[in-house]
Amino acid sequence: MTKIEEFVKEQADIHGRERNSLMPILQAVVQSERFLSEDAMVAIATELDLSTADVFGTASFYTFLDTVPRGKNIIRVCKTITCHMKGKDAIISTLEDMLKVKLGETTSDGKFSLLQANCLGWCHKGPVMLVNDEIYPEITPEKAVEVVQEYLKKTK
Amino acid sequence: MENKIKKVDLIFEKVDHLAILDKSFKRTSDEIILDVIDSGLRGRGGAGFPTGLKWKFAKNEEADQKYVICNADEGEPGTFKDREILTQVPEKVLAGMALCGKAIGATEGYIYLRAEYNFLLPMLHEKMKEFNKQMKEHNFEFTVFVRSGSGAYVCGEETALMESMEGHRGEPRNKPPFPTQHGYLGKPTSINNVETLVFALMIANLGPQMFKDLGTFDSRGSKVFSISGDTPKAGIYELELGMSLLDFVNEFGDGDTKAVQVGGASGFCVARKHFKETLIGFEGIPTGGSMMLFNSSRSMYNILHDYLEFFEEESCGQCTPCRVGCQQLLKGIESVKKGVKPPPYLETLQKLSDTMKIASKCGLGQSVGNPFNSIINNFREEIIY
Ligand SMILES: Cc1cc2nc3c(=O)[nH]c(=O)nc-3n(C[C@H](O)[C@H](O)[C@H](O)COP(=O)(O)O)c2cc1C
Ligand code: SF4
Ligand code: FES
Repeated sequence: MTKIEEFVKEQADIHGRERNSLMPILQAVVQSERFLSEDAMVAIATELDLSTADVFGTASFYTFLDTVPRGKNIIRVCKTITCHMKGKDAIISTLEDMLKVKLGETTSDGKFSLLQANCLGWCHKGPVMLVNDEIYPEITPEKAVEVVQEYLKKTK
Repeated sequence: MENKIKKVDLIFEKVDHLAILDKSFKRTSDEIILDVIDSGLRGRGGAGFPTGLKWKFAKNEEADQKYVICNADEGEPGTFKDREILTQVPEKVLAGMALCGKAIGATEGYIYLRAEYNFLLPMLHEKMKEFNKQMKEHNFEFTVFVRSGSGAYVCGEETALMESMEGHRGEPRNKPPFPTQHGYLGKPTSINNVETLVFALMIANLGPQMFKDLGTFDSRGSKVFSISGDTPKAGIYELELGMSLLDFVNEFGDGDTKAVQVGGASGFCVARKHFKETLIGFEGIPTGGSMMLFNSSRSMYNILHDYLEFFEEESCGQCTPCRVGCQQLLKGIESVKKGVKPPPYLETLQKLSDTMKIASKCGLGQSVGNPFNSIINNFREEIIY
């Protein structure tokens, strides 16, 4: 058994092998690997007795279930109206400069992916960004850089 | 100036949620439901369906299993109150679910939490475990579970949410049948917004009269508002329903408010000249709580462009009017702005958005015309020049 097959089996033991166990398992893989590799989707399909196309079809519907490789940390800057008004563009261009990537890309060392997201539910404290599951409200370009530096220190 | 906005504290007030359940579980389902019907409570997630009736329909179904779902998908741009409610008074939300379970005869409840709020999960799991233990100790047959979304606005639509929970793409189903007949796993299901469940609990606690004393005939009670944009007082406020938009702007505006978007991206844009006669509530402009204020420094073109981009990305793509319509509206205003299309093209686009209202399968496609028409009607010049 490969590592991912083992992980998927463990998750199926926890969440079950019914169709309605699919989302929790997909989410667990993304939580651990940051994206769904082809191997992971094949393993899930086998474990739940579904077709791989069905697993991919479901996963590809959801923005947070990435099927392309992502960095160890995923930065999502809110792009919706209030955060737009409050300066999300400056945050994004500062992070692009710092990480030397364009929006949507992953750094060459695989540590960060820089993405945009729709309204994150903190409009009264915009602009905001999400790094993995952590929320950072009322950020400035300087604060965004500080936050990313912290993650850089923590990420091997 | 007299303060015409009445602040209320029903949602965030701390209560002994177990005492309320003790009291309620001694009553019959019908008694609980009648109180909710009598209170006039309508759903706080946006659509505004009478909560008591929804519970009654679910109760009247015969089934071996029924479900309660708490809709915590909160994805409407400009809405952030459910997150605050779940953070501050999670016990009240859980107890509201148990109350609904008792009323309709369901023994399982699910919270569907949007992925953007994953940081709440450790706390919610903790509270859920404690609550489930309390339910056992009190001999109430009700268990709560938490499920997560994965970043799709349309999954806030009740049937898409159920598809997602069942492990499918979050594509809305045809209605009817409604979830109260055919919901999660095909079983009768009452799906309610976070805030709705807490109000129902407070009605069970204090009786329907106190709720009826607030608000107007069609819009009873209070509502938690999410206020953002050009305002010195951005934040979360529980206010009595039925105020005029003018009073609202006098309280929350920055002195230069030119428009308010009521009800989020899928709501309506009201221009300054209409503030006075616009009432916030079901007889005027309903809102799931989102109030975005814009002052005269803002371009309404940019705002409409943002909304359309949002819908174009979040449309599930299942039905053609919405999938193609969103793309065409976005391309259309860009073409008019660039002068590639003449200004009257906007009227053609408005006809398209009217068609989307009639022909789209779910509330997403049906409501794109709300911001589109209200912004174009009020700010046509800004879209063209
Ligand atoms: C596109 C779309 C998104 C929705 N998102 C939400 C949401 O995030 N939260 C919510 O409570 N209701 C949402 N709704 C409304 C739900 O379909 C449903 O009416 C609501 O959960 C019922 O609860 P209520 O009666 O307590 O409001 C959405 C509807 C549509 C069409
Ligand atoms: S209206 Fe839009 S979101 Fe709703 S089912 Fe049709 S394509 Fe999907
Ligand atoms: S618009 Fe950015 S959090 Fe809502």
